[in-house]
Parts: sequence; C-alpha cells; structure tokens
Amino acid sequence: MINPITVIENLLRPKAKKGYVGLFLDEHQMVDAAREVRESGVSNFEAISPFPVHGIDEAMDIPRSFIPWVTFVMGLTGCALGVLFTWWASAVDWPIIVGGKPMFSLAAFIPVIFELTILFAALSSVGAMFYINGLPKIDPVIIDPDLTCHKFAIFVPECSSGFNKESLDKIFNNHGAIETRPAEF
Amino acid sequence: MLKRRPLVTGDKTYKDVTDDICELIERPPGIHFMGLFLGVKALFVFYLVVLAFIVSTGMGLMGVNHPVGWGTDIITFVFWIGIGHAGTLISAVLFLFRQKWRTSIARTAEAMTVFAVMTAGLFPILHTGRPWLAYWLLPYPNQRGPLWVNFRSPLIWDVFAVSTYATVSIVFWYVGLIPDFATVRDRAKNPIRKKIYGILSLGWRGTARDWNHYEMVYMLLAGLSTPLVLSVHSIVSFDFAVAQLPGWHTTIFPPYFVAGAIFSGFAMVITLMVLVRHFYPPFKNYVTLDHMEVMNKIIMVTGLLVGYAYGSEFFIAWYSGAPYEQYAFINRAFGPYAWSYWIMISCNVISPQVFWFKKFRRSIPVMFVASIFVNIGMWFERYVITITTHRDFLPANWGDFVMTFFDLGALFGSFGMFFLLFLLYLRLVPAVSIAEVKPVLFVGKDKGGHH
Repeated sequence: MINPITVIENLLRPKAKKGYVGLFLDEHQMVDAAREVRESGVSNFEAISPFPVHGIDEAMDIPRSFIPWVTFVMGLTGCALGVLFTWWASAVDWPIIVGGKPMFSLAAFIPVIFELTILFAALSSVGAMFYINGLPKIDPVIIDPDLTCHKFAIFVPECSSGFNKESLDKIFNNHGAIETRPAEF
Repeated sequence: MLKRRPLVTGDKTYKDVTDDICELIERPPGIHFMGLFLGVKALFVFYLVVLAFIVSTGMGLMGVNHPVGWGTDIITFVFWIGIGHAGTLISAVLFLFRQKWRTSIARTAEAMTVFAVMTAGLFPILHTGRPWLAYWLLPYPNQRGPLWVNFRSPLIWDVFAVSTYATVSIVFWYVGLIPDFATVRDRAKNPIRKKIYGILSLGWRGTARDWNHYEMVYMLLAGLSTPLVLSVHSIVSFDFAVAQLPGWHTTIFPPYFVAGAIFSGFAMVITLMVLVRHFYPPFKNYVTLDHMEVMNKIIMVTGLLVGYAYGSEFFIAWYSGAPYEQYAFINRAFGPYAWSYWIMISCNVISPQVFWFKKFRRSIPVMFVASIFVNIGMWFERYVITITTHRDFLPANWGDFVMTFFDLGALFGSFGMFFLLFLLYLRLVPAVSIAEVKPVLFVGKDKGGHH
C-alpha cells in the first residue's frame, strides 16, 4: 500500500548534495568570486543571497527566464477561453435577447474576456515560477541562517565538473570570503 | 550634479534592516497596540452583529427604497475598492516606472489593497439581499437550462473584475512575501514559529536561479496588475455609466473613477503610514518624510484631476442641452442633498490645495488631517453620485434617501474589519519588504556608490 502523503513528501523534500561553500559579507565579492569559479571551468553551482544581486546572472551565465512565454501563451489561452465561453453561453447554449443586442455582442463581453486573460496569465506565471524553482520545498537544507539576512554564499556541489576543493578555497579566500567549508545543500 | 536623497536614513546595514523590520513581529505587543486592537475588534464584532441583523431580517433594514435603489452598500463598496487601488498603483505601476522609493511602502500599500478589497467585496453580496445565493453570480452549469449569467451586464463584469483583482493582488502580495517569510523563518528561535513561517516561505532558499525567475515573475505581475487596476475601477464606474440615467450616463466616468480611486487610496496610505510611524518609530528610517511628501504630491495632482472631472461634468451637462442631465446636476449642487455635494467639493478639491506648500507637504499633522478629509470627501463623492438619482424623469417618482442605524452600522463597522485585518498584518507579516529594501539601501549615499 502506497501512502500518498509519503509520496508527496518525498517529492517535495529536496535531496541535499555534498559540496564546498564560501560565505561572503559583500555581494560584489560574491559576484566576482562566482565569475572566477565559472571561468575556472566549474559548470554547475549555486549562489545564494538574501536579495536579487545585480550582475550575478551575467557572472554565472544564467539565461533570461523563460517565464514571459508562459505568461504570453496562457494569456492568449485565457483570452480565447473567454471569447469561446461568452459566445457559447450567450449565443449557442441559451440564447436570450438582452437590450436588443446581438446574441454574440462582443463589445459587451470584452471586460469578462480581459479579466480572464489577466487571471490566466498571472496565475500561470506564478505557477511556472513555483514549478521551476521547486516550490514548495519541505525542510530544505540551509547552509547558514544568515543567508536570508546579510550573508552571501557560493556553493559548488562535488558532482559538478571541475570540482576541486583546493582551487575553490583559493578563489573564495582571494575574494574575501569570511568562511569556507564543506557543506550540504 | 543633482544628488539623490537617500531612500533609507540612519546608516543601516543589511543586518540592521532585517532586525528593524522583523523586530516588530517578534517582540510581544505593547499596551498601546493591545488597546487599539481590542477597540478595533469591538467595532468588528459590532459589524458582525449589524450584518447578522441585515442578513436575517432583510434589506428593509437599510435605507434603500424607491427611487434610490442603491444605498450605503454600493457607496461603501466603491469607496473601499477605490482605497485598494493606491496599493496596486504603488506596488505595480511605480515598479514599472522604476520608482525606487516605492520599496519601503509597497508591502503595506499592497496589504491595504488586499484588505480593502476584502472589505469591499462583502457589500455587493450583502446588497443582493440574499447573500447565501451569491454563487448565482458565477457562471456554473445548473439545472435551470442551464441558464447562464448575463455577460452584457456591468454587474457581472464587476464580479469578474473584482474577483480577478482580489486574486491577483493576493498572489502578487504573497509572491513578494515569500523571501521575507524565509528571513523570519531563519531568525526564529521558537520551533513552532520556525515551522509556521517555514510553511509560509514554501521552503525558499534564494539561489541566483531562484531569484532570476522570481524577479521576472514579479515584473510580469506588476505588468499584469497595471492594466488590471485600471480596468477594475473602469468597470466599477460602468455600473453607473452603462445605466441610462442622467448624471450617470457619461463617458468621463472611467478616468474620473480611476483618478478618484488613486486619490482616496493615497490618502489612506498616508493615514496608515502616519499611524505606523507614530506607533513604531524605527519605521521613520524606512518611510521617511521624503516618501510622505511624494505621496502628498500625488494626492494633490489626483485631487486636481478629480476637481477637473467635477467641473467637466457640469460643463457637459450644460453643453449637452439635455434638460434631465442639466437638472440632475443643478439638483446635485443646489437640491436637498447639496450639503453632501459641498462636503465633497471642500474635502476633495479645496483641502488638498494645502500641498502646494512644501512646509505642509512635509508636516505630519497637516497631512494626517488632510488625508482624513480626503477619505471623507471621497466617500461623499460616491454618496453624491449614488443618491442624486432620487429625482428622475417624473416628479411622481421623486423621493428621499434616509440612512438608518443599520446603514451607519455597516459603514462604520466595515472600518472595524479593515483595521482589524491591518493590525493583525502589522503583527504577523514583515511590514516593509526586506528583500526589496536591501538593494536600495545605498541609493543617495557615497559608500557602495556602484549604482
């Protein structure tokens, strides 16, 4: 017998990877260190910060988010559904003449269609962000509680190509890390 | 070279920001807060009793009758919906315009939006007279045909507009809260507290990839909320403008209502911010006098827009040559409800004129009083619009609208609901967006002059 709660829990509980972490107090040091880590040939690593840091995307070569496409497509879907539904309900399924207007009086339906467009676009964008960021997570491993306050970190998992503890330690310390240690994330 | 004024004063570090903002929800509430809270709660309980009487007895308890079919419920609905709009304006429109000063007030303004829309949403449902059948407003498959809702009716547009607005505002607010809940979680010493805020934070960790998608979604929501907020109050104005009644059937209504909504909403933000700054002084470093001054400028501009709309309505009534339209406006300004018209004019058009002077724009007592006046005036604006249908085409149809105890009870009680939600928010949720303030911490300062 499979317990559905266990299945969901296992799905939402992130699996921690072993790796090496450098902690910083200044976001610019972290960005510079991240750039050097990437240039040293490490392919897959994380930068953790309490707020979105300017320039980290370029330093880590993170591509522009794809979510606008979700917004666009789902907005069009909401719009199309709005047109179809108002037409079907008012002109096909139960046609009643109201105020002498045509059965398919598009101008009067625009507010409803517009609101459905916005609703679909907004909710699916947030849904896409949740999906791609793996939210919600149950009990995620946290390297340092101050990473949501005033510290910044770079975490390189052992499984990433080009992982070398000594060279990472050197890069982190060269850029003013306050702490370097093995960690799980 | 022009120098920017700092957005956050007091030489704060990142840690100070977290401490200052989280402290309000971590320490036990003070005596002033508890007193205020209990008072507001009593008002809320009174509201519930009033609502219970109205729902169980019927709409006959309120002043609506022939010829005024829309009374306090619709007036107060439009009032609260309008209040909500400033929150979206600050959080979404100013975000798109890259107005960095918005960061410290966006969270509270957005909370105000959510609570105002919640307060507003009850009124049309109450006004239906049979609130337990409110689900009839939704298009759902039913056994009456199925008989679908009338999509040509502005009232159905309203259902879609307000419910979409409420949903998207709550989602926008919550998305902004996720990183801050994570901050509260990571600071928590009490395990139960850690658990609750851990659940609310959805396990947020803040990796660069997370932030990349997060920022994109935040911008998209701002982009979607902007047309949404304009559409919502336009549609609310359609409730009146689509009806073919003198005084209502005018094309100026959508922009006039939107300007009025921003006007009243900013006044409410000023009222709330003055109170928050007074009861929690550390917030003065985040919501500075510069912030208040900028908002007062917006109040003055939108006040002028609203004043222009009042004038334009009169001009068009005269210029149209339609006798009923002309009479509606003469009756508005000089008829039995002239007192409400002149309250509206003096509160909305005259009182914000004090903000021409920098001294008054930066004076907390002046702005507090002016913001209260604006809120009173904006309630009366909707009163004037709704009630002046009391004299229509045939003198045999003329009548008066008299408020009863239950009208006033529902009106004042709704403030109990709004402020109860707002006080709970202040105690449970970081009242300034921590993750948004940190990046603008050094704006206008020499150190970290990398921007």
